[in-house]
Formats: sequence, structure tokens, C-alpha cells
Amino acid sequence: MITYLSNNSETVLAALRQHIWLALLPVLLGFAIALPIGYLGVRFPRFYHPLVNVAGVLYSIPSLALFVFLPVVLGTKILSPINIVVALTIYTVALLARTVADGLRSVDRLITESATAMGYRRFRRLIDVELPVALPVILAGLRVATVANISLVSVGALIGVGGLGQLFTRGFQLFYLEPILVGVILSVLLAGVADLAIVLIQRAVTPWTRFQGGRA
Amino acid sequence: MITFDDVVKVYPGGGTAVDHVSLEVPTGKTTVFVGPSGCGKTTSLRMINRMISPTSGRVLIDGEDVAGQDEALLRRGIGYVIQHAGLFPHRTVLDNVATVPVLLGKTRREARAAALGLLERVGLAPEFAQRYPAQLSGGQQQRVGVARALAADPPIMLMDEPFSAVDPVVREGLHREFLRLQKDLGKTIAMVTHDIDEAIKLGDLVVIFRQGGIVAQIGTPQELLSDPADEFVAEFVGRDRGLRSLSFDTAAELPVKPVPAELVVDEAGRPLGWRTGADDVRPTGGTFTSADTLRLVADLAILSPVGIAVRVDADGKADGITPHHDLADYLAARRG
Ligand SMILES: Nc1ncnc2c1ncn2[C@@H]1O[C@H](COP(=O)(O)OP(=O)(O)OP(=O)(O)O)[C@@H](O)[C@H]1O
Ligand SMILES: [Mg+2]
Repeated sequence: MITYLSNNSETVLAALRQHIWLALLPVLLGFAIALPIGYLGVRFPRFYHPLVNVAGVLYSIPSLALFVFLPVVLGTKILSPINIVVALTIYTVALLARTVADGLRSVDRLITESATAMGYRRFRRLIDVELPVALPVILAGLRVATVANISLVSVGALIGVGGLGQLFTRGFQLFYLEPILVGVILSVLLAGVADLAIVLIQRAVTPWTRFQGGRA
Repeated sequence: MITFDDVVKVYPGGGTAVDHVSLEVPTGKTTVFVGPSGCGKTTSLRMINRMISPTSGRVLIDGEDVAGQDEALLRRGIGYVIQHAGLFPHRTVLDNVATVPVLLGKTRREARAAALGLLERVGLAPEFAQRYPAQLSGGQQQRVGVARALAADPPIMLMDEPFSAVDPVVREGLHREFLRLQKDLGKTIAMVTHDIDEAIKLGDLVVIFRQGGIVAQIGTPQELLSDPADEFVAEFVGRDRGLRSLSFDTAAELPVKPVPAELVVDEAGRPLGWRTGADDVRPTGGTFTSADTLRLVADLAILSPVGIAVRVDADGKADGITPHHDLADYLAARRG
């Protein structure tokens, strides 16, 4: 495996880089889109259930089907990485819109009411109070979305794009174990590192949660 | 002054929560809304800062209808304290207290400096400043809630059962501090409680609500105890209201007799108990000072194994006694 790595370091690194941005760009895009959608599901309670249902349906579409289907809708080339980015963004939105809505709904009414009573207007209350208090729930969703995206990118290899997944396909084609091993190990590592990074961010930005053990 | 002018609140799908209420909350005084659960106290309170709007009638602050004022600006000028404090879990104690000044445009640094002073004011040591609400006891959270409401120095404070989520001993301490603070600050306070004892202790004026959001009586605590308007009020202020009315006077003018030999004292003159037999010394059950209330004296006389309350001086040395019949004579003479 070491020899495989040293002989193919260029290929492996390129695959890793592609894997990272194919997985993370949709997380960022999806999060940005999910925030306002999730908020609407809380602001207008009537939208909450439709939102949950639509999100559930979107999330249950098999990824391969979406990868193949999207070029038809978007008019992109089947090998274009845009397909993967759009598909994973859809999954991320489906997951996070619900998480954002649930996070905001989990904020104790006592807290929002006392913010209102102190003279917060709606938007500032959202930014200063509701979102920060909902952050632990939202970041937990973000972790799930990130790890899921990292594993889904590999599926893209079946249609010819897909970061580390390309190493699997190559290995299968050549009946050669090394690239498969390297691909698996690197994508697991990548998922672990991303997960850890979010946990560390969460510790840094929500220091108060450490003291809430035993309290609702 | 806050004025309720024929205020009615009917909740959609609910009954009448507040029924033609007219009353005044005088400037610089504490007015307590009290009554059984569901009688419209919280609803009334929240109509003052427009958290709830009346179905009909008006609420005025210094003659100006609150309905015509910008909600957020109005609320920044009114302190608000609720049960369980409602602190922001993601902000330190200091930043919780700094909330309203920051909303009003102060820099965070200025607001924090002022907040630190306020913590001291409500009896919290500076080391609490950097803690999060989850790291405080219920009583401490409640103090932070009060400090937060006071931070922008609003002339008006609304308090909804501010002391009901803490145990009786802590509540006692919070009451004392509330009275001390209010003596200094002289805010216009509207407070809600369902505890008539708390209302009598803290209120300059007490408004008793009955079921259906109707005002049963408005008066000073003494008026309510000595002259209840009807059966409901008499029942609500309690059967022991005669005893309770003793809370308004101290023992300063109560005559005492010299300490008799039956009272066993230590070297410093502090009472240890009553000698009721050759080998039998029974505890006194407590002592009073001339600053305590007549109610405490009566309580001690009843509890005492010999029916005598023991007075002590500032050092705890016994300096006089009051047998229960002396207390009764004193009260009778005072009435006559
Ligand atoms: N949002 C609401 N919708 C419908 N009915 C309500 C609403 N809020 C309160 N009520 C009803 O209005 C009445 C008065 O409620 P309110 O909260 O003012 O009572 P309260 O005196 O503060 O009671 P408690 O001592 O239990 O806090 C109650 O019967 C209650 O059920
Ligand atoms: Mg209430």
C-alpha cells in the first residue's frame, strides 16, 4: 500500500481534494439555503408539516438516481461535477431545513418571550437569541449532513465523478486491492476529521452547553 | 402612574380573562396583583408592556395610551422579571444583565461595566459575572433576572411571580432584598403573585382578583386585612388575618418585664431555656429583638413551653420577657 501511495501520490491527492470540495461545498450551500427555509417553517407553523414531508421525500431519493436524473433537468453533462454538488445540496437542504426548524422550535418559549419583553424586535431576536440557543441542535444536524455527504460523494464515482470513489472503481476494474483500501481509509479518515472539526467548532461557539448536564 | 381604563381581555376560543378592570398603579410604589390561578393576573400585567393587547379599554402610562407606542421602544423602558428568570442560556451572567443597555445602543464594554455594579446591587459576588445561567442556583438566577430588568434603569418594573420558583428560605432572603432595593430605587412596580402573604409583605397596594378576571378589592395590605370588602376577600386573605395584621408593627414599644430566675442563661447572658423542674430545662423556642414584628412575638409566646416570649439585645443577651397575657393587654390597649 505504501508503494501504491508513493507511486500514485498525485492521483490520490487530486482525488482527495476533489472529494473534499464536492462534499463540503454542498454543505455550505445547503446550510445557507436551509436557514431561511427552516425559519419559515417556524415563523409560519402551517409550513412546518409540509416542510417536514417534502424534506423526507427528497431525502429518500436514491443518490444514484439523482446523479443520473439531474443532468436531464439541469442540461449539464453527465460527467459534470455540478450534478454531484446540486444533488448533495438538495440532500443537505432536506436534512438541515428540518434541523433548523426543529432547533428553533426547541428554544424555550420563556426565553423568546423574555427577549420580546426586553424590547427585541423579531429579526434581531432571531439573530441574537434564537439562533444561538438553537445552535447545538443545528450543529448536530450539520455534522450528520457533512459525514453523509462525504460518503455520498464516493457514489458519484459510478457515473465518473467522485473524488476518492474513483479509486474504488479503478481498483475494481483492475482487480487491484490497494487503491480500494486507500480510498476507503482516506474517506473514513476524512469523515472522521470533518466530524471532529465540527465538534471542536461546536465546543468553541457554544461553551455554555457544557454546564447544562442534568437540566432541560 | 399606570392606569387601566375599563380594560377587557377575551381570548379567542377562551373565556373572559380580564373583565372591565379599572385601576391605578401609583408611581414609585409597589402594586401587587394577587388572586387564585387563572384569574387574569398575568394577562393584566402583560397588557402594560403590550405583550398582550386588550380587547377593549385602554392601558395608559403617565396618561399616554400604550397602544399608540412603538412596542420595542416601550418595552426597553419597562423592566420585566418572570418566574424562573427566563435568562439567556448562551450568555454569561454579565451579558444577560447588559442586554437592554446594548439594545438601547450602549457599547458592550459600557454595558458590561454597568452590569457589574448591578450584580453587586442584587447581592451577587463579582465572580458570578462570567458564569452561565446553568451554573447558578434558582435563587441566584432570579437575582440575575432582577439585575437584568434593572439594567437600563427603567422607571417601571413588571414582575410575574418573581419569587415563586425558589424555596421558602431563599424567598425570604429575596424578599428582604427586594424591599431594601425598592426603598433605594422607588420604581413603579406591578407585581403578580398567587401568595397573599407575599402580596401583603411586599405591596404598598394590593389588588385582589377573583375568578373571571374581576377585581374584588383594591387597598393597602392593612385595609385588606382589617376591612375585607366581602366574603371572598376575607376568605382569600385568610382566617388568621388578625394575627397577620400584627406583621405591620414592631415590638419597639412593647413593654417587657425583667428577666426572671427561671430563665437559664449562659455566661454571656444568652438564654438557654426555661427551668420547668429541678432537672428539667426546656428550649425557649426562639427570641425577638425590638426590631422584630409583633407577629413574631405572638408566635414565640404561643410556642414557648411557659407562654412567655424572650427579648434579647443586639448581642443576644436576654434583656426582657413578655408573657402572652401582657401581649394581649398591649394589643387591647392599642386598639382602645
Ligand atoms: N393565550 C391564551 N389563549 C387562551 N386563553 C388564555 C391564554 N392565556 C391565558 N388564557 C386564559 O385566560 C385566563 C387568565 O390567564 P392568566 O394567565 O392571566 O392567569 P393568571 O392569573 O396569571 O394565573 P396563574 O396564577 O395560574 O399564573 C385563564 O383562564 C387562562 O386559561
Ligand atoms: Mg400567571
